[in-house]
Amino acid sequence: MSAIRNTARLFRPSTLRSIQARSFASVVPETKTSTVPEPAKDADSQIKTFHIYRWNPDEPASKPRMQSYTLDLKKTGPMMLDALIRIKNEVDPTLTFRRSCREGICGSCAMNIDGVNTLACLCRIPTDTKQETKIYPLPHTYVVKDIVPDLTQFYKQYKSIKPYLRRDTPSPNGKEYLQSKEERKKLDGLYECILCACCSTSCPSYWWNSEEYLGPAVLMQSYRWLADSRDEKKEERKAALDNSMSLYRCHTILNCSRTCPKGLNPGLAIAEIKKEMAF
Amino acid sequence: MFAQRAAQQSLRRLAASNPQASQLVFKQFAAPAVMGASIQTRPVATQKMTPTDSYEILVAQRKLRPIAPHLTIYRPQVTWYLSALNRITGSVLSGGMYLFGTAYLVSPLLGWHLDSASMAAAFASWGIVAKVLTKFTIAMPFTFHCINGLRHLTWDTGKAFTNKSVIQTGWAAVGLSVASALYLAIL
Repeated sequence: MSAIRNTARLFRPSTLRSIQARSFASVVPETKTSTVPEPAKDADSQIKTFHIYRWNPDEPASKPRMQSYTLDLKKTGPMMLDALIRIKNEVDPTLTFRRSCREGICGSCAMNIDGVNTLACLCRIPTDTKQETKIYPLPHTYVVKDIVPDLTQFYKQYKSIKPYLRRDTPSPNGKEYLQSKEERKKLDGLYECILCACCSTSCPSYWWNSEEYLGPAVLMQSYRWLADSRDEKKEERKAALDNSMSLYRCHTILNCSRTCPKGLNPGLAIAEIKKEMAF
Repeated sequence: MFAQRAAQQSLRRLAASNPQASQLVFKQFAAPAVMGASIQTRPVATQKMTPTDSYEILVAQRKLRPIAPHLTIYRPQVTWYLSALNRITGSVLSGGMYLFGTAYLVSPLLGWHLDSASMAAAFASWGIVAKVLTKFTIAMPFTFHCINGLRHLTWDTGKAFTNKSVIQTGWAAVGLSVASALYLAIL
């Protein structure tokens, strides 16, 4: 009898209302949210202009254009990504860009800011309001939309270097592959790469030869496995690079090391590969 | 326990005998109660595709996609400007050498006087400004290409790769090549 009573309680109007309220809690309907208006100018506001590259794939015939936005820096976070997110939230929701971690570890928000490739989340907005900021997608990449680049080729090239430990002999202790502290130290400055593609797309040589030249980021990862004491396929890896295009399109321009938002040195890694190939 | 089981069984029988009735119940009560009005309903549509097919779609898309601006928007920096200059001066120097070599080869046939003595005599008759300017224009690519070449040789040993040293040696190469070209011009 108690079970029937419990079942009957489910259909009482008050219970129905509470179920309805609970199910709505996870999704706030649009009528209950408010749109934040673009704030009015204050006396002490710091208005900065941002020019952002726009292109919409839904109108493929139209040319890419630069759209200008003004923001009050007093009401914006310190980083370029904060400005972009604020534009998308409060001014223009059609602005499209990639972002995820907002702390320089995912590499999604790589773009060309004020002429230099960097991560928007690690790039401070210059407080000088007279300087107008220009934001472009990563140079010489196919544009998917606005500042979203197509990195298919970049990822394909990364896959092509077989970026994983390759060996035939099992480990001596049957559990793990041991390394000395010195051997491990060789990987510092290589393994931290987040593959944001800032360096590769800053390289003029990669601009002209991205079909065949691997580019700084992928070559640095290639060296990361060449330098690993546990890897046993060094000769195979070197043979794959031993042609005129894959490695030797690097002309030591060094835009790569200059632009790396993580402070790594792909130029040095490529030089080390060239040395290993020569001797 | 028995009462509950009986109730469940009768509900099941009802559902089996009259499926439309149970659907009606679901529509009237369950749907609005469980789903919020703001939940978007979008039928799931997937498409099977081979890698080659998807690649062809990508290629078709790329035909319409613009390429992001590059040379014109990248910030002028000592790194890539000097690299471009190194290549330009190298082409000018080797191109000039080939041109002069060819001209020297065919000069007896065409009656040109390109031997050192007659060229030096012709050059000596020029004014001082023209002399210095000509010498500087020829010396500048030569000195720059030589000194920047030393930077490249250093890099080939895996040294001086920090951003600081790249910028320092870059400007040092510019300064040294201009100074040595001026010296050669007034010689």
